[in-house]
Amino acid sequence: MANKIPRVPVREQDPKVRATNFEEVCYGYDLDEATLEASRCLGCKKPRCVEACPVSVGIPDFIRCIVEGDIAAAARVIARDSLLPSVCGRVCPQENQCEGSCILGVKGEPVAIGKLERFVGDWGREHHLTLAEAASGNGHRVAVVGSGPAGLACAADLAKLGYEVTIFEVLHRPGGVLEYGIPEFRLPKKGVVEPEIENVRRLGVKIETDVVVGRTVTVDQLMDEEGFEAVFIGSGAGLPRFMGIPGENLNGVVSANEFLTRTNLMHAYDEQYDTPIYTGDRVVVVGGGNVAMDAVRTAKRLGAEAFIVYRRSEAELPARREEVHHAKEEGIEFRMLTNPVEIVGDEQGWVTGIRCVRMELGEPDESGRRSPVTVEGSEFDIPCNVVIMALGTSPNPLIAATTPGLEVTRRGCIEASDLGATSREGVFAGGDAVTGAATVILAMGAGRQAAKAIDEYIRNRA
Amino acid sequence: MFRILKKRLLAPAIYLMEVEAPRVARAALPGQFLIVIVDEKGERIPLTICDYDAERGTVTIVIQAIGASTMRIVTLEEGDSFADFVGPLGHPSEFIHYSPEKLAATKFLFVAGGLGAAPVYPQVKWLAERGIQADVIIGAKNESLILLEEEFRTLTPNVHIATDDGSKGYKGLVTNLLKELVVNDGKHFDCVVAIGPMIMMKFVALTTKELHIPTIVSLNTLMVDGTGMCGACRVTVGGKTRFACVEGPEFDAHQVDFDEAMRRQGMYRTIEERKKAIEAERAAGHKCNIGL
Repeated sequence: MANKIPRVPVREQDPKVRATNFEEVCYGYDLDEATLEASRCLGCKKPRCVEACPVSVGIPDFIRCIVEGDIAAAARVIARDSLLPSVCGRVCPQENQCEGSCILGVKGEPVAIGKLERFVGDWGREHHLTLAEAASGNGHRVAVVGSGPAGLACAADLAKLGYEVTIFEVLHRPGGVLEYGIPEFRLPKKGVVEPEIENVRRLGVKIETDVVVGRTVTVDQLMDEEGFEAVFIGSGAGLPRFMGIPGENLNGVVSANEFLTRTNLMHAYDEQYDTPIYTGDRVVVVGGGNVAMDAVRTAKRLGAEAFIVYRRSEAELPARREEVHHAKEEGIEFRMLTNPVEIVGDEQGWVTGIRCVRMELGEPDESGRRSPVTVEGSEFDIPCNVVIMALGTSPNPLIAATTPGLEVTRRGCIEASDLGATSREGVFAGGDAVTGAATVILAMGAGRQAAKAIDEYIRNRA
Repeated sequence: MFRILKKRLLAPAIYLMEVEAPRVARAALPGQFLIVIVDEKGERIPLTICDYDAERGTVTIVIQAIGASTMRIVTLEEGDSFADFVGPLGHPSEFIHYSPEKLAATKFLFVAGGLGAAPVYPQVKWLAERGIQADVIIGAKNESLILLEEEFRTLTPNVHIATDDGSKGYKGLVTNLLKELVVNDGKHFDCVVAIGPMIMMKFVALTTKELHIPTIVSLNTLMVDGTGMCGACRVTVGGKTRFACVEGPEFDAHQVDFDEAMRRQGMYRTIEERKKAIEAERAAGHKCNIGL
């Protein structure tokens, strides 16, 4: 029995207004909207949405709880599999996962699972729901490297099983990419990230910040000297790539990581904070992924005219459609089929523009996307004072370099099985450190998988 | 954590602080650096490590009040704490990997300019602990800015002082003193380690290139995270872009593009000046009537 209710639209901040502030773009559903949207779910016997979720959230179950008006029960259903519903409801690419496989999507619009998850997560927080309590200890200790999505998910699952878990974080605040990478207007830090990390702490997980594993302490020292029986490496993919074109070291060229870290982690947009940021009045962001969208929308909010330069066409943009749509609404200009060949500057070494060539699409490459080919003689300059490189990131080599016997791939990713086992006994890994830059939810899935494997490893050992 | 156990004024606006940081103290080696954050609103400030004591669990830093965050740092007193203190970062000095024979056969000259005396100290100390007495040139504008002279003299008898105004020791630049030691005094050096202002390191590199002495410099570039994430510390070494935080901070001086490095250091200067002015007013107890 298909229902005829159209997908409930979600309220958003006016694009003109939000392009000048760092408040959240999307307001989310209220109780009435959520209840109506939840009523659209068919409650499939074999829910394809659950299969498509990397952490297998009990989606039809929690949606049924919303329909029944028991939001606390909905929150408990989600908490079985995820401690970050408010985060995931905001940043997961639902269109490729749960919503992408929703049966309603075949003929119409899928259920807004992400927005419902977010509603439940936010409701639980606002109503001070206690979802996570420390289990009684089993006496075994596990170290987790990195407090991003992979590390948090792994630590939470292990803590629920009774392990004594310590997360070691290199930065001064926990959260990894949730804290330094994703901007406030997409993922509020104080309102959303901090409370969800607090829930992980409530399970008894300790988080020690300011520890550079590989420098302050090595993986071997954690195991041999500090008594951890297993180590999970979820150190992410933090190393920025550059293009290797002339002019890349001019003043005014920064990586998206630097630009976003200055604004998100260090609050450089706020005069009260000491960290400086340079935006100029025209900013070109090179790249077409979610990070590029985050950077260009941040630049816009800091007052610049902001452009995306991408070498393929709009259809190939790797960013989520929602992000591209929001960026366009905010007045970001998209220069597609455009590829930088040089960054030009003045005599003092400051950026004055970016030299590009036009591209056209040729034959599909190994990724299945049509590969861009340079149009001869099409060189032109886009004047700007800041260029932000958002070309992807690769894993930091530090841990591999300081952990003898830990194998890495040619691309610098840690070699790990599907269960997270590495070439070193007792050392597990998952998330971007293994796959290269991917998504929050895939990292969480890998963290959970590794938690299972670590539990099994320690049981077999005991 | 990160409590200040000792604070001492070394020179005008330059302080030495001994800080409780057991993890950093246990792991630190000569040549490495760390990052401190004064408080919630503070910047991540990269600082060189001046000394460390694994048993006491302390690390010594030297800091000069030059920006908003460092102005607040120097107001901290003994018993106060840093919000964050993370390290050690970067690679240790290459010579710590030398064999005892190679170490004994190597004549080291350290050139410490201004605050550069702080990171030079643990290197000279490490060598002294292995029975090697290096030569050290300490350079500064004038006598009052000569740092750690006493401390160096307990490690090696070969301490040379140079001041721009001649108020102490040799009158002139460290590069001229270096040349005199080699050319006039006939001293032989196999390795020069120069740490100080970028401009000094540039000219030491030019001088030692002429004299054919292999030279190492430690680059104090801009940094945010200090762990390889931001790329603010990009420097060109031997025609290749390198990240000073994770691939350095020490590099072959004769390969470094110092002009680019100096230009990049100034990227945020105007913004920093503004923040510093705000901080100075705040410190002076100025109440802003227009709500800034």
